[in-house]
Amino acid sequence: MRRLEQFLRFLWDFVIGDDWRIALGVAVALVATLVLSDSGVTVFWLLPVVVAVMLSLSVWGVARSRR
Amino acid sequence: MTGTEVGLVVSVFIACAVEAVEALTIVLAVGTTRSWRSAMIGVGVALLALAATTAALGPALTALPINVLRGVVGGLLLVFGLQWLRKAILRASGLKALHDEDAAYAEESELARSAGQVEAGVDGYSFFVSFKGTFLEGLEVVFIALTFGSNQRDVPLAALAALAAVLVVVAVGAALRAPLARVPENSLKFVVGVMLTSFGIFWGGEGAHAHWPGSDAALLVIVPVVLLFALGTVVALRRYLAGAPAAVQAPVNA
Repeated sequence: MRRLEQFLRFLWDFVIGDDWRIALGVAVALVATLVLSDSGVTVFWLLPVVVAVMLSLSVWGVARSRR
Repeated sequence: MTGTEVGLVVSVFIACAVEAVEALTIVLAVGTTRSWRSAMIGVGVALLALAATTAALGPALTALPINVLRGVVGGLLLVFGLQWLRKAILRASGLKALHDEDAAYAEESELARSAGQVEAGVDGYSFFVSFKGTFLEGLEVVFIALTFGSNQRDVPLAALAALAAVLVVVAVGAALRAPLARVPENSLKFVVGVMLTSFGIFWGGEGAHAHWPGSDAALLVIVPVVLLFALGTVVALRRYLAGAPAAVQAPVNA
């Protein structure tokens, strides 16, 4: 059980890393892109915009916490 | 060779070279301080484990339908790439300590010296530290090579790029017998972060049924835009921090 927990923690650190909100934002953006695309909406821009917003929030959050 | 294949080769080669430099530092420190033989056995076992992981996951990934593959694996690549890019931006803006191979070598050597007497036969400490260093650094390379290779339907090309990078780093490391501190590791990690994020956006979007204007040619726009965005963020963060009190500007090893 402990080994499984260690493995899952390693997997989390390996893929998700220090800021889980980025991964959550990407997942939500991918699902939204899929749903909107299949509804006929032109939505290629959504993923890059979400990436820019989530990355900015993450790094600026670190900068603000130091100030 | 198409544009996406060039992107694949460049990204995998640089990512692999950077990880190989880090693994080399660990192996050099342990080998020099304790036991070369045990360190090299650790490297060999780690390489076998990495090869087995690649052999198991590679065919499984390429068997997936391309849209599923691009959606799931493209998304994973994007999340993974954003980790690299986030750290690279924090390093470049002074919010995180730069990676320094000389310092890492000194730290590993000190740990190896203080780990007790070298055992006869296979030295456990040298074996496990070399194995762990090589396996963990290599796992990132396997992940990048497999995600790029499977999305491009060319895992062998990704594997070749990875192998070439390892051979170059090992050859230079063997010649110098010192950590490759002159490799501009932090800049290379920035480039890898930009490439992984760009390809992750492209493949993730395609997997989610988005249609990129210009198809593959969209990458020629996505890569420079991501690069400019990342560089712009670094400049803005540096300006912001320049106005902060000196005590809070010190980078941390996070």
